[in-house]
Amino acid sequence: MKTTKQVIRLNVNGSEFEVAVKPYDVLLDVIRERLNFTGTKRGCDMGTCGCCAVLVDGRARLSCLTLVLDCIDKEITTIEGLKKGELDPLQRTFAEAGGSQCGFCTQGFIMAAKTLLQDNHNPTRPEIEEAISGNLCRCTGYIKIIDAIEMAAAQIENKQGSINGK
Amino acid sequence: MESKMTSNGIVGKRTPLVDALKKTTGEGIYTDDLKLPGMLVGKILRSPHSHARIKSIDTSEAENLKGVHAALTGHDSGATIRFGVLPISKDEIALPKPGAAGREGKVIYIGDCVAAVAAESEEIALAALKLIKVEYEILPPILKMEQALKETDEPIQDDCKFGTNVHKEVKQHFGNVPEVMESAAIRKGGKYDFIGINHGFTEPIIAMAHYDADDRLTIWTAQQVPHYLHRALTDVMEMPMHRIRVIRPMVGGGFGGKSDPFPHEMIASLLSRKCRRPVKILFDREEVFLNNHGRHPTQTNITIAANAEGKLLALDVDALIDGGAWGSFGVVTSYYNGVLSAGPYAMENFRYRGRRVYTNKAPCGAMRGHGAVNTRFAFETTLDEVARDLSIDPCDLRLKNLLPPNSETINGFRITSNGTRECIEKARERSGWDKKYGKLPPGEGIGVACGFYISGSAHRIYFNELPHSTAHIKIDMDGGVTIHCMAAEIGQGSDTMLAQCVAEPLGIKLDRVRVCSSDSDTDPIDLGSYSSRVTFMAGNAAKEAAEKIRDKLILSTAKKTGYPAKGFILHDERVIYQPNPEISLSFQEALNEALAGNGALMAKGAYVAPPPIGRKGEFKGWRAGLSPTYSFQCYVAQVKVDPETFDVRVKNVWAAHDCGFALNPLAVEGQIEGCIHMGLGQALMEDMTYNKGAIQGPNFLDYRTLTPMQMPDVDVIIVESNDPEGPFGAKEAGEGPLLPILPAVGNAIYDAVGVRMRSLPMTPDKIWRAAQRQGVEQGKKSV
Repeated sequence: MKTTKQVIRLNVNGSEFEVAVKPYDVLLDVIRERLNFTGTKRGCDMGTCGCCAVLVDGRARLSCLTLVLDCIDKEITTIEGLKKGELDPLQRTFAEAGGSQCGFCTQGFIMAAKTLLQDNHNPTRPEIEEAISGNLCRCTGYIKIIDAIEMAAAQIENKQGSINGK
Repeated sequence: MESKMTSNGIVGKRTPLVDALKKTTGEGIYTDDLKLPGMLVGKILRSPHSHARIKSIDTSEAENLKGVHAALTGHDSGATIRFGVLPISKDEIALPKPGAAGREGKVIYIGDCVAAVAAESEEIALAALKLIKVEYEILPPILKMEQALKETDEPIQDDCKFGTNVHKEVKQHFGNVPEVMESAAIRKGGKYDFIGINHGFTEPIIAMAHYDADDRLTIWTAQQVPHYLHRALTDVMEMPMHRIRVIRPMVGGGFGGKSDPFPHEMIASLLSRKCRRPVKILFDREEVFLNNHGRHPTQTNITIAANAEGKLLALDVDALIDGGAWGSFGVVTSYYNGVLSAGPYAMENFRYRGRRVYTNKAPCGAMRGHGAVNTRFAFETTLDEVARDLSIDPCDLRLKNLLPPNSETINGFRITSNGTRECIEKARERSGWDKKYGKLPPGEGIGVACGFYISGSAHRIYFNELPHSTAHIKIDMDGGVTIHCMAAEIGQGSDTMLAQCVAEPLGIKLDRVRVCSSDSDTDPIDLGSYSSRVTFMAGNAAKEAAEKIRDKLILSTAKKTGYPAKGFILHDERVIYQPNPEISLSFQEALNEALAGNGALMAKGAYVAPPPIGRKGEFKGWRAGLSPTYSFQCYVAQVKVDPETFDVRVKNVWAAHDCGFALNPLAVEGQIEGCIHMGLGQALMEDMTYNKGAIQGPNFLDYRTLTPMQMPDVDVIIVESNDPEGPFGAKEAGEGPLLPILPAVGNAIYDAVGVRMRSLPMTPDKIWRAAQRQGVEQGKKSV
């Protein structure tokens, strides 16, 4: 039971945290229980629901299956870190489109969508469906989640269009 | 009755949930996000046996482990005090007591609670559980319903009937079913088999309890029915209710699975009292499945008789219901499987026998569409057979047999608003039914089914005269409108609904309104988020309170301006004299006048269901299924079935639902879409299978639900029948919309490949086997 801890530095939401961890500690336990970023949810602890997804170097990862030692020198972004001054478009569109009912799965979907929209600015509905198929929602039937991601994609596209003078 | 006062446009408008941004930013606080100073982790030791008497429990080693603060067993005071959501069926205990007689001395399913510990960390608590020594005397388990019907010397629970494991038997008979059946032109029916399913909410079950220095207990818990928990805690803790405070933080989905007072809530409270520290108990996903309370496995025999023109004459239903180890809502389930089956159709002759049995398996309870889903599948499938045998279009057959609005059913239900006809006509038109039914190419099919559900139970499960729901409103000089009402927001949008029902009569913007619905110390009683009651009951209570505040503001404005009160309306944040709109005060000015010499404005609204009509006391169970109003649905589903593999793909659903009036169309759509997802899961893939009493695959890897890629295109059709007593005409939208999807798909499968399915889920292997039995050649349609 006694395992030696080691002190590591973890970069979460742009801040550096020093934490003592065991080799088998998973990222979810550290960010939720130790660093109090409770926006990341614990739904199953076995990679089946997607509620614990966070961005590691910009890509969605299931924090319940990610060893924290694998995250040294990486940038971790939780839902709390998505809003920088203003909300991320996905945070608004999930609310506006009705993509969040009980809300427990929401942040995981936003992380999956964030990753998708980085690769694909104008995804089709089937592409969105595939991108979020690792996340479980029991309230919405996914329809309004897909609506929300489409809305966000359109907003980002418009914004970039206007920046590029289109 | 002003049923549709929508002049301010707050109700009826697509409105994002008032707490949505809290959820999308991670700011929302769910129970597991809370930590208290000195908080301990509670863990429960669970039974590896289906049925066993506890001879002894030794927790001494566990208690001696460093970091363990308390161990709890049935020896502790309160642990064996019975509780249950229904006061007529209290058969649950926190922990069994070694050597005790009857139910108190036993574990009764694999996963049942044996003992518990509170420790500094989860790691220590889990290590401590391993040090608890338990001696079991293993008893023969009852795992099948047929077994449970037999006489036994060792019933699972003490309140069993007939010397067997029958928990509840219901018998009702109206008219003369055998005689009418005998002489009817056509009789159709069959034996149906439904497996159990689980709610699958994403937030695991959780509670945190703190028994504090003042000898008060506070519990934070993911609950749909905080008030029923409050009552159970007062029994188990042997404390007056006023020394117990129930707080419901945000809840990550319920669907009926968080609508019982649970043993872990008692255990956390008892542990906290024992070690005087806050104790949090969080289930892992396996424990959530073990706790279950999902839909009951059921065997249903149904027969429907009709005349040659397709008029339905008689209905006979016999349901054998597997309750698992505890009672939960089971008495209600036993009734609902029968009493909710005939509507939305008129039926003059109706007979029902329902038997719910105890088995040594995880307890079953309420789940979305409680009690009505399985019989609805059997009924609507049988209607499809009647229609085909009589060569009547299934939509026409249904239209021929509708209950009229403002009528009474044979079993005493008062039907008021009823939009079924419009539901059928719209679903038929939008789906292109007439061009598709029986005319799609082989392997493609279309099916129709209707639904009918309560909008709250008119009868209280605790026999008393208290209102079903109470709402308080307070407005002080800051101009913010605070609503207090314990209606449990579980993601369905009830806080938003309350805010709309208050903002509309006051003519104010939604952002002026704050909803407090989570704290029993400050928020008045609402009976909880179950039986689709909140919009109708809490909505009415909140609206009534708001109208009283409106009247106060009008009076103060009339006094200030010198014009008669009768002419004033509240609109767009102003109190306006309608005959001359130049005469007006802003909301804040009117408020200041009303507050002067008076202080904060307060008002209370309460909802009490109207007394039942017709059959009061005339037969046993006359209260079951009585609702102040009912919701109605008609769905059409179109499927594609692979002719070789029998893999079913639901392509389209046209979902017409009569919700009275859509206070928030965005939320109504969300409820309907969510219902379709959950209903399709039960129809096509979800099942809780057991091996020797152990749940197989109690996790989301093995318990599959529909992925986004498997969802059909859904055309939501909102039908508004304007209920005369609903708030602004509204009624329920959260459960009824689940009912028709399952039989609509089953009927569509028949249309596609000619295989009649009488067992859920309709997996490819089962469809193939049914095809073999029914002599249907693969890939061929029957004529």
